[in-house]
Amino acid sequence: MSTKTIAGVEINVTEDGYMNDASQWSKEIAAEIAKEEGVELTDKHFELIDFIRNKVAAGEGLTLRGIGKSGVVNAKEFYQLFPGAPLKKATKIAGVPKPTSCI
Amino acid sequence: MEKEEKAPLKKILLICSKASIEDVYAALVMGNGAVMEGIETKLFFTFFGLDAITKKTMNKLHTATTGNPGMRMPGGLPFPTILGALPGVEAGVSAMMRKQMDDLDIPPVDEFLELITAGGGEIYACKLAMDMFKLTKEDLHEEVKAVITVGELYEMSGGEGTQIVFT
Repeated sequence: MSTKTIAGVEINVTEDGYMNDASQWSKEIAAEIAKEEGVELTDKHFELIDFIRNKVAAGEGLTLRGIGKSGVVNAKEFYQLFPGAPLKKATKIAGVPKPTSCI
Repeated sequence: MEKEEKAPLKKILLICSKASIEDVYAALVMGNGAVMEGIETKLFFTFFGLDAITKKTMNKLHTATTGNPGMRMPGGLPFPTILGALPGVEAGVSAMMRKQMDDLDIPPVDEFLELITAGGGEIYACKLAMDMFKLTKEDLHEEVKAVITVGELYEMSGGEGTQIVFT
């Protein structure tokens, strides 16, 4: 475990940059991590981040399929919002652990 | 800390030639996983693997209940081969397996293909096998990009950091 200063706050992160403590998360931090990942956050991004954080808080697993059925975005839009590796990027920005799902 | 130089996988080509649930899903899960990692992904279906992209058969795939030593009864007891040969057993077991996968949020084949193409993955069918089974492009799911020859397949699989995997 290491720490990293994001948006002026010291944050606990894992080796690959995922936040260890979801309660440390804020929108400013999200924007900062997003910038590192090459993503410019819009309202739609935050809507999805909310969905992801709620899911994780409820102890449910995250899958591409689940997000495609979230009612916020479909799978294609998800790829457009977080180009490249959507689930990895979105969870990193949302301040939740790296997803363990294979789908 | 010193970091190891990494040469990430850039492109992957998955070939599926069989129609059983396990063979098809191995290709689909690995293909979708690659797309989700940002890897350029192409799936090529040939021989019996065509069942996985043929509209009529794609969501009714079976797993073999005879000649399958991994088959178990619910609870883990051995599954007698002779039982697997009875009419309807393979269909029942296969339906149960599809149901269990659905519970784990593993999508049915058609939806899986859509997830893969949503992220830019590409699905291809083998021309030779199509001719053999007398199938036309109209028999295939809409997400299939093209029917191609082996030569075309190799043409599109060039480039550094490319892997070809036969499932």
